[in-house]
Amino acid sequence: MIEDHRGIWVFAEVVDGSIAGVSLELLGAGRELADKLETPLAAVLLGHEVRQLTDPLIHHGADEVYVIDAPILRDYRTEPYLAGMGKLARMHLPEIILYGATPNGKDIASAVATDLKTGLTADCTMLDVDVDKRLLEASRPAFGGNIMATILCKKHRPQMATVRPKVMKALKPDSSRKGTVIEERLDMKEADIRTKVLEIVKGPGKSVNLEDADVIVCGGKGMGDEQGFQLIHQFAETIGATVGGTRDAVEAGWLSHDHQVGQTGETVTPKIYFAIGVSGAIQHTVGMKNSEIIIAVNNDPEAPIFDVATYGIVGDAREILPVLIDAFDELLKEEVVSHA
Amino acid sequence: MHIVVCVKQVPDTKVIKINPKTNTLDRRGVPSIMNPYDAHAVQEAVRLKREYGGKVSVLSMGPPQADAVIKKSIEIGADEGYLISDRAFAGADTLATSYALTKALEKISSASPIDMIFCGKHAIDGDTGQVGPGIASRLDIPPVTNITSITKVTKDYVELQRKLQDGYAHIRTSLPCLITIEKEINEIEYAPFPNMLKAVSYQPVVWNVDQLGEVDRKQLGLKGSPTIVGKMFAPPKQEGGHTLEGTPKEQVDQLLDVLHEKRHLFQKKGGAAV
Ligand SMILES: Cc1cc2nc3c(=O)[nH]c(=O)nc-3n(C[C@H](O)[C@H](O)[C@H](O)COP(=O)(O)OP(=O)(O)OC[C@H]3O[C@@H](n4cnc5c(N)ncnc54)[C@H](O)[C@@H]3O)c2cc1C
Ligand SMILES: Nc1ncnc2c1ncn2[C@@H]1O[C@H](COP(=O)(O)O)[C@@H](O)[C@H]1O
Repeated sequence: MIEDHRGIWVFAEVVDGSIAGVSLELLGAGRELADKLETPLAAVLLGHEVRQLTDPLIHHGADEVYVIDAPILRDYRTEPYLAGMGKLARMHLPEIILYGATPNGKDIASAVATDLKTGLTADCTMLDVDVDKRLLEASRPAFGGNIMATILCKKHRPQMATVRPKVMKALKPDSSRKGTVIEERLDMKEADIRTKVLEIVKGPGKSVNLEDADVIVCGGKGMGDEQGFQLIHQFAETIGATVGGTRDAVEAGWLSHDHQVGQTGETVTPKIYFAIGVSGAIQHTVGMKNSEIIIAVNNDPEAPIFDVATYGIVGDAREILPVLIDAFDELLKEEVVSHA
Repeated sequence: MHIVVCVKQVPDTKVIKINPKTNTLDRRGVPSIMNPYDAHAVQEAVRLKREYGGKVSVLSMGPPQADAVIKKSIEIGADEGYLISDRAFAGADTLATSYALTKALEKISSASPIDMIFCGKHAIDGDTGQVGPGIASRLDIPPVTNITSITKVTKDYVELQRKLQDGYAHIRTSLPCLITIEKEINEIEYAPFPNMLKAVSYQPVVWNVDQLGEVDRKQLGLKGSPTIVGKMFAPPKQEGGHTLEGTPKEQVDQLLDVLHEKRHLFQKKGGAAV
């Protein structure tokens, strides 16, 4: 019965012994939804030797934390995590479960959805609830154009969604918050699990660190060709920025997928984001619109990128960039001199 | 080794247009393509076949014209193709899709047991990546998502590299299993001429619902889909800033003026922060 389901859950992903940023952001978003629905907000924490992580979850907004702590949960694997989530969801009947749209978050969410035969909306960027109908309104960019679709799951519970990192806001941790910790056990043996993690290698998988960059120069299809895109690299080099690209630039082969910003790339929040020759399709802007300052260069004054830009320059990037490069060269040279 | 690759025909999202008045999808004249990730999945299966022997089958669910993606798979080197096509499948979300594909996989497997199922990491029209794990859990085989490399295959297990948020995991999983494929795994090779010839006249095996055996129709298509599209709307307008004016030089100068107080963020490559 749908009415038997109460409470909003957030899957608490553990990365390197701490709670992933996206899980804390989801607690922030979940708190708001839970208050509207007047229902508890719970975090679900699976892992090995993770009990000390229940406090940060409560401080960030959880009323309850469900914990399963077991050696078989040390590294993420679908089978034991599914067993854990499936067991908890069947026992405690949540009405909504939110997951970060990370590789592991998407993996577990898909498995749980099939196991519980319920709906799952992927890569959401907006969440709300219809209080009367107790419906989760999970919205995400859809299709190739500037459009959002709100997906509903009317007849099945729990209603589930994965949510992009960095689009929701975490609450300021409040160490005076109190919550309940509920421990459950998992009756599964290592021998029952068909997948083994042989080794985890950190880092080198990703050669670009867009996530932590203060300044990003992102080039789009408007750079014309690979040759034209070199101007993006030159400018980035001049100001010590990290290079990003749109999906179209990546697909044209001008730079590797690691550089892609947007719905299917990285979500970034630098202090300064240059979007050059970028049209500003929704799948791109969801990944960068929370940057502090956005500067757009585009020769089409109607390009949607100007709707999100703090400063817009209408003009040919191939003309503007050399001027920008010279000007910054000059500016930064001056600084060095004045420090000397 | 029998590998089945699930391949989906998708609208080329680059040319999709939205009707701004009705906020609906304008499908007129939108070409269909094979989901790019699925092409890499077929290529990887063909590579494994070359190395370890066996057979590569592909499976698609879609309208009759989806046979184009099966022909494309034959070009890359798949041996045989199956298309499940029926009005009853229409409007399926990922849960209903994984159900229908699972039924077809069971039928394929009863004639020729399957060792591995490959799916794309996600389909570019919806970007969900839910169908692969869904099939695995219905078949009760282990799913491994986001695979960038298949390093070892034996008759009992495979070893794989799985992409993580920062780095990768080296994983071993027993067969049969389901793998979802990232683009980095390979480069699509030029189709050998004999394959292209074969593809031209290739006719896939086509099944409708009745030919799939025991099927619970309530779990198919729109009826079997828990999620529905509630509404479509234009994204909330951001309050844009201002457009600068003047010649390129003048605009850049204005920009530099406002960025002056942020200049500590910039540093020349190789130089010290200023
Ligand atoms: C499911 C899905 C997921 C997607 N995920 C992503 C994603 O993660 N990231 C992403 O970026 N996209 C993504 N996209 C694609 C997205 O919809 C757009 O197609 C893409 O962002 C457009 O890239 P672009 O701006 O480089 O190219 P275009 O849209 O071709 O824009 C080029 C722009 O450059 C301007 N221009 C041309 N010449 C010049 C010049 N000389 N000087 C200055 N300006 C010039 C043009 O006016 C135009 O505005 C996704 C699409 C789908 C369907
Ligand atoms: N209609 C379909 N026919 C065949 N395979 C599909 C279909 N839909 C999804 N798939 C497979 O599932 C993968 C993920 O799709 P999705 O979950 O829709 O992002 C695709 O890359 C395909 O391998």
